[in-house]
Amino acid sequence: MISRSERLMNYVVLFLFAAMALGPVLIILANAFAPQSADAGGGFLGLHPGNFVDAWQQGNFSSYMLTSVAVAAIVVVSAAVLSILAGYAFGTMTFRGSQVLFYLFLLGIMVPAEAIVVPLFFDFRAVGLTNTLWAIALPQIAQSVAFGTFWMRASFRASSTSLIEAATLDGAGSFRTLISVLLPVARPAVVTLVVLTFMWTWNEFLIPLVMSPNGDLRTAPLALAFFQGQHVQETALLAAAAVLVALPVVVVYLLLQRHFIRGMLEGSVRE
Amino acid sequence: MKSSSTQAAELGAAAGVARQRRRRRPSVNSRSGLTPYLYLLPAFVAYAAFLLYPLIRAGQISLYEWDGLSLATFVGFDNYVEVLTDPELRASFVHALVLIFFYAVLPVIIGLALGAVLQRARVRGLAAFRTIVFLPQVIALVVVAIAWRQIYAPDGTLNSVLTSLGLQELARPWLGDYLLALPAVGLIGTWVQTGLVTVLLLAGMSRIPGDLYEAARLDGAGPVREFFAVTLPAVRGEIVVALTLTIIAALKTFDLIYVTTGGGPGNSTSVPSYEVFRRAFELGQVGSAAAIAIVLTVMIFLINLAVNRIGEREDA
Repeated sequence: MISRSERLMNYVVLFLFAAMALGPVLIILANAFAPQSADAGGGFLGLHPGNFVDAWQQGNFSSYMLTSVAVAAIVVVSAAVLSILAGYAFGTMTFRGSQVLFYLFLLGIMVPAEAIVVPLFFDFRAVGLTNTLWAIALPQIAQSVAFGTFWMRASFRASSTSLIEAATLDGAGSFRTLISVLLPVARPAVVTLVVLTFMWTWNEFLIPLVMSPNGDLRTAPLALAFFQGQHVQETALLAAAAVLVALPVVVVYLLLQRHFIRGMLEGSVRE
Repeated sequence: MKSSSTQAAELGAAAGVARQRRRRRPSVNSRSGLTPYLYLLPAFVAYAAFLLYPLIRAGQISLYEWDGLSLATFVGFDNYVEVLTDPELRASFVHALVLIFFYAVLPVIIGLALGAVLQRARVRGLAAFRTIVFLPQVIALVVVAIAWRQIYAPDGTLNSVLTSLGLQELARPWLGDYLLALPAVGLIGTWVQTGLVTVLLLAGMSRIPGDLYEAARLDGAGPVREFFAVTLPAVRGEIVVALTLTIIAALKTFDLIYVTTGGGPGNSTSVPSYEVFRRAFELGQVGSAAAIAIVLTVMIFLINLAVNRIGEREDA
């Protein structure tokens, strides 16, 4: 039997760990609501939500957030569509070379952005693609397609074969089978893929940093890094800007956390 | 960040392909030979053009000395020799190894200890706990870096806490200290990765059948023996996955270094990914940068391969 004191100790351990994970988050939230200077007045209940407005305006975040939204939309939609089509082929069809091709896609999951960003920058520059949304989006589409194909293949393989057989007997073509039979069943997997791709794209740093050398197109995290360079000493303002940049993904996480945890863990453990 | 989790995603895939060989699945329209290729084509074009081709190009560029502007000079494997001989570059790889301790080893030890404690008694609130400890994984690393900079700053949270405890002689500019900057950055990695590792290990431990523990207790095993005889062997697979994910994350550390220390003070926190960026886009040593990137890719590849091996042996 487990004693009462041991059970109590378990709760203490749980609480301590949760506190350690939350600590830095709470510190930056506290800083974000702190007065910007000693003579900033009392604020609202001692809080200074005006920091967020100041950070948003001084950091020009409305335009950078828009860039982030545009990049994320392009990457998420294209990667999802391409991955579903490719995963469908790998997951339900037998064809010559499928194994070799699949391993080729798997390779892409392992290639770090550092390796592709160097040649891509110089090749994009040569054809005038740098400082465009495409330069930021295309490499990330390729990365996401590698994972997405793997992920959707696993999902389609798991879906019932009798469903496919029934649809084929009904005379549905392969595209009809995908759209009206398999995709509705695979919806949870698609949602997981979409939220993961959204998170990766929103948080990506190196690719947007390299691909827009003139600074016209900054995604939100990149703008935040530059904002920090200009406001190192202004803790409250900087913290507020950081909270704003993290917020979209954190909100989606709180709403769909099962998808995040499932995608990042179960997807990695087994098919 | 195409994050670490994708990296190990192929772990289970090798087994999956093997399974496919044994169990032929009825396929959609297998008669029309071109159909599967048509479904693959769009994904493959995007993937080949913006990932495979650049990777090959990186290999090609790594054999040249090139400043990104003028004509490149073929130098063979000189850039790779430099990775081995240049003390600054070697140091950056050593720093990456130090980071592996903080990103991978430490979180696994913490996660195992936590899991072992929690395993002995069912507690309520585990779902909320999971949500909280996993949170650092979804926050953009730039934001994480800024939060921790404010903690480590000379007048930051950590130093105020030390001062209020009467330990002001311990207070220092943590990220500006030659000896402490790297461990300070490493601990940020520990903070980010521990939640992921813990959730992974807890999931594994929850699958251990209860009668294994009953049997161990009947044999007179105490909590420590129980942990080493039952818990640890049962979560070996999860440990392997956790190590892969976190080691790869450690090797790819870029955002954190860029925002917290910029590789400094001196080059005491420079890491290979940061060297790739600095050399390609600041110093005009594109060939050298490409060689470092290729070495990094091969390292990640080998770690995955090794882990796959261990995973397979475990299955057998």
